[in-house]
This record gives sequence, C-alpha cells and structure tokens, in this order.
Amino acid sequence: MKRLAGWMLATPATLAIALLLVIPVAGTIGMTFGTPGQGDWGIVQPYADFFASNFRRRVLWRTFEVAGYVTVISLAAGLVTAYVVARCPAWTKSVLVVLAVFPLLTGVIVRSFAWLVLLGREGMVNQFLIWTGLIDGPLTMLYTPGAVIVAMVYIFVPLMVLVLVGVLENIPEDLLQASSSLGAGPVASFFQVTLPLAVPGLIVGAVLVFTASFTSYATPALLGGTRQMMMGTFLHQSAMVRFDWPGAAVVAAIMLAVILATVLVMTRLAKRLNPMAT
Amino acid sequence: MPTRIHPLLIAFTVVVYLFLLGPLIIIFGASLSDTTYLTFPPQGLSLRWFENIWEISAFRRTIVTSLQMAFLGTLIALIIGIPAAYALNRHRVSLPAWLSTLFVLPILVPEMVIGFSLLRSVTVQMGVPVWYALLIGHTLLVIPYVIRVVSASLASFDFSVEEAAISLGSHPAKTFFTIVLPNIRSGVIAAFILSFITSINDVSVSLFLTGPGISTLPIQLLAHMEQFFDPTIASVSVVLMMLTIVVMIIVERTLGLAVVAK
Repeated sequence: MKRLAGWMLATPATLAIALLLVIPVAGTIGMTFGTPGQGDWGIVQPYADFFASNFRRRVLWRTFEVAGYVTVISLAAGLVTAYVVARCPAWTKSVLVVLAVFPLLTGVIVRSFAWLVLLGREGMVNQFLIWTGLIDGPLTMLYTPGAVIVAMVYIFVPLMVLVLVGVLENIPEDLLQASSSLGAGPVASFFQVTLPLAVPGLIVGAVLVFTASFTSYATPALLGGTRQMMMGTFLHQSAMVRFDWPGAAVVAAIMLAVILATVLVMTRLAKRLNPMAT
Repeated sequence: MPTRIHPLLIAFTVVVYLFLLGPLIIIFGASLSDTTYLTFPPQGLSLRWFENIWEISAFRRTIVTSLQMAFLGTLIALIIGIPAAYALNRHRVSLPAWLSTLFVLPILVPEMVIGFSLLRSVTVQMGVPVWYALLIGHTLLVIPYVIRVVSASLASFDFSVEEAAISLGSHPAKTFFTIVLPNIRSGVIAAFILSFITSINDVSVSLFLTGPGISTLPIQLLAHMEQFFDPTIASVSVVLMMLTIVVMIIVERTLGLAVVAK
C-alpha cells in the first residue's frame, strides 16, 4: 500500500522525464549509428566521419580549450574572492554575496551583450587603450577565443564564488585555530588546512563551470561568431542552418559523452580526495 | 573571523567585483543614450529606447510568450514536482535509487541536447505545435529545481506531525494540504522563483523550439542583435535587470537570499 502511494506520487514526474527527455535523447543517440557493413567503421562510421574532418576536430578541441581556460581562471579568481568574502564581517559578507547573486540571476544574453559593447572596435576597452597610448589603432577583439574566454569567465565567476564561499564556511573554525596555535602562519594554514579541505568543493565548482562552458551557446554565438565555432554553436548551425540532423546528432552525442564522463570521473575523484571522509 | 586578510587579497577581491558589476553599469548607461548607436558614457539623456521596446511588436509578443512559458512551465513543474519530492522523502525506502538520478537528468543532460532532441521528436515526429513544444521544454528544464528545493524543505519537516493528524482521523490528502504544504511554503516559493528565473533566461532549449511567429524574449534579443546594434538591447537588458532586482527584494523579504545562493 505504502509502496503504491509512493509510486503514484512520483509517477507524473517520472513519466514526464522518461517520455519527454530519456526517449527523445535516446532517439538522438540512436540516430548517430550507421548501418553495419557500410564504410570502414561499420556502425560507428558517423563518428569516424566527425573525427576525420579537420574543421570538426578543431571545433571540439577549441571547445575543450576554452572550457579549460574558463574553468582554471574562474577557479583561481573564485577561490581568492571566496576566501576574502568568507572572512568578512557578517554584514559585509551578505552584501558581497548579494552582489554575486545579482549577476547570476541576470540572463546570459544580457551579460554576453555587455562584452559585445565593451570589446567592439569602438568599444570602451579599445577607447581606453588608445587613450592611454598603449595602442595606436583599435584592436580586433570580438570573434577571437580571448573574447569568448573573458565573457565566459565573467559569466561563471559569480557561480564559483558562491559555491566556494559555502565550501569555505563549512570548514570548522577550530581546525584553523589549532593550526595557528601550533605556529602556522596564515599562508601555511591556507595551504595545509584550508586548501586540502576545500578540494571536494573546488572539484564541484570546476565541474559546474566546465560542463556549463563546454555546452554553452549564447556566449560563443555572440562573441565568437562563426569564426570561433564551439560545440554549442556548431550543434545549432548543423541542426538549424544546414539541416544536417545526422551530423547534429553526432555533435550532441559527443557533447553528452564528454559531460557524463566529466561528472562521473570528477565526483569519484572528489570522494577519494575528501580528507574528512573516513 | 578574526584573522587579518592581506591587503593584496582585498585589492584583488575589489577588482573581481568591479569586473562583475562594471559591465552591468555600462549597459545601464548605454540604455539612456540619445544616440542611435550604442555608446558609453551616454550622449544626451533620453528614455526613447525604453519606449522603443514597446513599439517593436516582436518584443511585445516575445515578452508575453516568455512570461507564459515561465508561469505555466513553473506551475506544471510544481504540480508534478511537489508530489515527486514528497514521495522521495516520505517513501524513500519503497522507491528505487535511480529515481532521484532520473529527476536530475534535465540539468545533467546539456540543454542544447535536450532542445535538439525535443525538436526532432516532439515538434517534428509527433507534430506538437510550437507553443506546446516550448512549454514542454521549459517545464522539463525546471523540474529538477522544483524537486531539489522542495525536497530540501521537506527534509527539515517533522513528518510525525503529519502522522499525528492522520491517526486523529484526518484524510491523508487533506492532511497534505492543511499540514504539510503550509510548512514547506517557503521552499515552494523559492522553487517557484528559481524556476521562473531559469525559464525566463533560457536560451539553449528555446533556441530549437521556437517557430514561425512564436519566440521567447532571449531568442528575440539574439535575433535583434544580429541585425541592429542600437540601444534597444541595452534598455531591454535594463528592464530585465530591474525585474531581477524586484525578484531579489521579494526573496530577501520573504525568505532571505541564502536560499538562492544554495
């Protein structure tokens, strides 16, 4: 009876996700396989085609590169900022948290658009550099990997700060007191106590930022354009501009595989590296 | 905390916050410019670009669609998500472990992949009209948020209160509405707000599901940016930011912002 009640309550959500997400996505993955006996690679021929193309390999590699840079930079900037925020007096801390939540709740389009304005030929960054005399004429910054990386770091730093403030606040204060009463300075305490304890949280933050930047569309579309195609923009172009659905399905499947592999490997790693786990 | 922070670290944090907020302030300034091109600092102050939002019918229509998707999608997600969250907390032992994994799939699977798959199956194969396909996409997108936030709030609810009511003769369904629901009210409100904002800002799912005449605001903004580079985009952005501020104030007044930060 109780078993039945539990199932009945969970059924609508289960059915919705099974029918409208699992089956359609499985269908997409299903259509990526070729017919056996065709081509040198049999059923994985469409994947072989993907990797045989220089252009597609570059798109995939660029996506890894951009997502990697964005993750590392956000991690470093987020950790330092979160360290300071977590150590602020209560009132300052809550103001700083609110200031980080605000950009997070503002849409990606709005936040990417800001960089479109800043990095344009007549944009403020160029005007400023010319004013300081560092450059003579405007630099082309839009539609470069750098522009995509800067805008994505901008988008993901607030997320990282919020995740890491939570992580750092959960580190028991007495451990730090113990470490300083045993003679460790703030730097030694940070590297020998705080950082090892924060590793699982850092991994969570890194996974969030890596997966989100690997699969993002709006920022690469606005700041990278067709010149700096990434997996997200390439999937959209294949499906909606070139109507090459089998090709788009392969892009989608590779994207999904990268994300699932990252999440699985990293959560295992986070568990293993957790010094608090017994 | 008593430990002193090195001034260099503080300086770094200040720079990070300037980096975070500067661009948003620039958008605000650019939206007030009297010029037909985007510029900062604004040249001549005017609100004409705000009026322009309403004069462009595509913006009017897509704002309505976006609000419909966010309201209805969140509402449906609450209707099917709250019972699921309740079942996960109350009947955990009789439900399989993979169920909670299933419920996070909409945030685990990349949105672009969901969007493309829905286009293929729901819009094309099943022939579902664009508006309904969009609604399906937006509902799916926010289900995990509803289940997670409501679950968190149910986790701190003392179910013995509910058992007491039932053993005193109250019908289980009635008990849910009179005892359980009022106690998790703040969780439900938080879930609503989080879902609403997620839906309103969505690009990657909507991108594949919009069709002739039916689009959402973010997709319309993208399309507009491809053709024009005028301050209208900045003024729409400012309106969206104002909306965000209003939402944040409501959240702060009712629940405290800590819920969103989690």
